[in-house]
Amino acid sequence: MSWVNAIIQGILLGGLYALFACGLSLMFGVMKVVNLAHGDLAVVAAYIGLGVIAITHVPAVWAFVIVVPVFAVIGYVLQRTLLQAALDRGVLTTLLVTFGLSVVIENGLQQFFSANSHSINIGSLVSDSFSIGSQITIAYLDLVILVVAVVVLLGLQYFLSASASGRLIRAVADDPEAAQISGVSYRHVFGIAAAIAFGTVALAGLAFGMYSQFDPTIGTDQLLLFAFEAVVIGGLGSLWGTLAGGILLGVAQQIGAQIGAQYELLAGQLFFLAVLVLRPQGITSRKETA
Amino acid sequence: MSSLGPDTTAAAGPPSVPPAAAQVRVTRARRSTLAAAAAVVLIVAVLAYLPYLVYSGTTNLLVNFFTLLIMASMWNLLAGYAGLVSVGQQAFVGLGAYGVLLLASHGTSPFLAIPVATAACAVLGLPVWWLVSRLRSGYFAITMWVIASVCELIISQIPSFGGGTGTGLPGLPGNPTLLTADTYWATLACAVLALGVVYLLLRSRIGLVLTAVRDDETGARSVGVRVASTQRLVFLVAAAGCGVAGALYIVSQQFVEPTAAFSVLWSAKMIFITVIGGIGTIEGPIIGTIIYFVLQQTLAQYGTWYFIALGLVAMAIAIWARRGIWGLIADRFGIRLFGVGYWLSPAGPPDRDRGSR
Repeated sequence: MSWVNAIIQGILLGGLYALFACGLSLMFGVMKVVNLAHGDLAVVAAYIGLGVIAITHVPAVWAFVIVVPVFAVIGYVLQRTLLQAALDRGVLTTLLVTFGLSVVIENGLQQFFSANSHSINIGSLVSDSFSIGSQITIAYLDLVILVVAVVVLLGLQYFLSASASGRLIRAVADDPEAAQISGVSYRHVFGIAAAIAFGTVALAGLAFGMYSQFDPTIGTDQLLLFAFEAVVIGGLGSLWGTLAGGILLGVAQQIGAQIGAQYELLAGQLFFLAVLVLRPQGITSRKETA
Repeated sequence: MSSLGPDTTAAAGPPSVPPAAAQVRVTRARRSTLAAAAAVVLIVAVLAYLPYLVYSGTTNLLVNFFTLLIMASMWNLLAGYAGLVSVGQQAFVGLGAYGVLLLASHGTSPFLAIPVATAACAVLGLPVWWLVSRLRSGYFAITMWVIASVCELIISQIPSFGGGTGTGLPGLPGNPTLLTADTYWATLACAVLALGVVYLLLRSRIGLVLTAVRDDETGARSVGVRVASTQRLVFLVAAAGCGVAGALYIVSQQFVEPTAAFSVLWSAKMIFITVIGGIGTIEGPIIGTIIYFVLQQTLAQYGTWYFIALGLVAMAIAIWARRGIWGLIADRFGIRLFGVGYWLSPAGPPDRDRGSR
């Protein structure tokens, strides 16, 4: 029964990872950018959430109403300035610039907020739960995060495949120059895609801030790698796959934790490497490889 | 200007009149190159004599300097020449350090353990390369990071390595003066060797292949360049290079813990040093390490601001001055200290150092 519980907890945790991975997956799919500052941006969102709650006294769970739009704007501006400038100069520069951004953000957070851990206080919500049988306990917060992740990822998948704007984004992703010739400003579309990606990063950061403690270093130490692993496990270019990848990563970690608490992270990383060896195209995709 | 090979002929002489082959003199050395060679010999001789002249504080600082120089040169070889951007080279730094620890705890002298641990890192680099070689750009970068994280997680589970809290390095000589001097000499020797390997590698056919691949990988493949085996060789050399840096790190610190040995800060330092100094040149990491050290010594009291500034400068240089500080110097004065390229000049009167390399 404890194994069943481990798997259920893994699925719940996987929702959070999928939410983190969503923005990374989108930015890679559209701009072909691997944003090394992704994890740190999520941590920034959590800190902004703390600030918003402290200043406006909105209930903590509603902080996203302010933080997500702010982050979308930041995403658009950052893409149109720094990231586009790096992108114009090639993949190497993009990696260097996003890595530099990651280090600057992490140290900036340490400078302003110290290395202490914080968390977004949502009162009793964090511990409220219901039980199934005697062994399995499901926290409402975890369930809400999973539901949000599913809604965001599937909603985005639907948006990209069915709406006119989504088609535009996919056209630019396929061939920015051809799209430009057809009268689409690919830079603007890149900015829109970044805005959506940053919005989901903000959501993920806030969810993480409610779910557990966070500090300035957790963005690079864990979140970036988890998000990346979820994307690769799921297979590139598919948000469905990213959701599945996040959940599988969560399950792998929880099964590792069931064997021994010290194996939680290692199990996730080794599962990722195993997928890379055995199915480099990811579990959902058929042909493309990384 | 960054390319070697066939296209360099166009850059010599007056641009409108490309000289015929018979009128062109091809040389590898220039006055600046020969002067640099003489200077290198002199500088190494002075550096080797240094423990007799200065206090151990200075040599300890230089140990730090040379360790960073080795790492930056290796990262430069990997990213600047082979186009493999890794943010996980700390995997090999940590493995080098723990390799020395493993050997020393079984009675080997730590200094003898350095070359063995280095070779072990190159061997361990093989399976890692098998795993990551099919990945491109950002995927390669982060997967290397995951591998570093896996190494850290595994090593912190091993009780005889002190687990997560770290452990001291046994077997070092008791005399502190001797220990400082030996550490310094070992580091100096490794740094000279590492830079020598990089230089010879780039001067050889490998360097030509790497430059061809960097400039146009598809084109290079289509004329029969063996891209994969060359990149593998460079990856293994960089693995060994970062391994020796890690081995020197544990010997100089006399202590090691997993979070510090496998810290992504190693990669951050390698990247910032190389980008600021000038990526894709041998001189770049040297200039970069000097700049890094001067900044570190002067700004260290401002704590994290120092790293923020470094990151911002590296980002600005990556975007606006992609060949770094050394690129600016080399373009302004037309000098190359390490002649890995070819100079072309008209066979007639000697000209200024203005040719292509």
